[in-house]
Amino acid sequence: MVNRIVVGAHYGLKDWIAQRATAVIMAVYSVILLAAVGALGPNTFEAWRGLFANGFMKFITFLFFISLFYHAWIGVRDIWMDYVKPTGIRLVLHVLTIFVLVGYAGWAAQILWRL
Amino acid sequence: MSANTKRTVQFKIYRYDPDKDNAPYMQDISVELEQSDKKLLDALVRLKVKDDSLAFRRSCREGVCGSDAMNVNGKNRLACLTEVDELPQPIVLRPLPGLPVIRDLIVDMTQFFKQYHSIKPYLINNDPAPERERLQSPEEREELNGLYECILCACCSTSCPSFWWNPDKFVGPAGLLAAYRFIADTRDQATNERLDNLEDPYRLFRCHTIMNCVDVCPKGLNPTKAIGKIKEMMVRRAV
Repeated sequence: MVNRIVVGAHYGLKDWIAQRATAVIMAVYSVILLAAVGALGPNTFEAWRGLFANGFMKFITFLFFISLFYHAWIGVRDIWMDYVKPTGIRLVLHVLTIFVLVGYAGWAAQILWRL
Repeated sequence: MSANTKRTVQFKIYRYDPDKDNAPYMQDISVELEQSDKKLLDALVRLKVKDDSLAFRRSCREGVCGSDAMNVNGKNRLACLTEVDELPQPIVLRPLPGLPVIRDLIVDMTQFFKQYHSIKPYLINNDPAPERERLQSPEEREELNGLYECILCACCSTSCPSFWWNPDKFVGPAGLLAAYRFIADTRDQATNERLDNLEDPYRLFRCHTIMNCVDVCPKGLNPTKAIGKIKEMMVRRAV
């Protein structure tokens, strides 16, 4: 087979914006979390549980995790695209990365809504 | 050591002649410079007299043709614009990184120019040509400053890791600077097609803004800024 270079998938802008937007969400969440921990000073398991059992905290924590996983997806995919040349291996790595990140998202939800 | 006297300069030069050498090697060589020798290129010309097997490209010797780009003490520069007396010795010369070496300091620029041509580096305007010229206001012309000056020496693209890893797919800083030069040109009518052509995870979005290109550009241009402007235009078009 003639190994022709194919390029021109016409996507990328959405991911580029998403990477920046998710970074902002994570930064804002970090400030909120530090403020909340600073204000409440939880020093027992119950206090920590109470902090995350709050509806708003639960929502923004989950938003943080979703942002983290989406951000990680774009970043890790960039690494595979930069360094892994064989298309088949790259595709497998992409799929594995998605599975792992979706799994983490489900796990994060399970932990948060167990509180 | 004053620049105005005769002095000896030590070099360590990457040598490779595929017809003779099994592998590239570094050659230690020194050369005596005359009072008039100011730039690294002057020293290379002296070296060539001493050892005429040394191969490098040069042409205008004043930073306009972009032929004598090379890796000098680890940084891509033009030999003709580099003061030889300001360089720590031994001066280590290597070919531009990431491109196939043809011989010594000469690299095969095919891939680089392929990417440059892929962005259609010419004005696209389907209106009949006016009698004299297509006019721009001074403000519109101002937009092209910092873009049109590129001499295609390849210092930037060959210092970019994204270009090293994907030279066949990533346009590279030089190509993207040229792309924005035509996107920013009010006389050009193909803005949408140009943005379509670049909206791609490889062609444009391999740039991770590490700014090696800005660091090395011998003309002081800023490809990272141009790439940012392309992304900004894509965002403006999309949202």
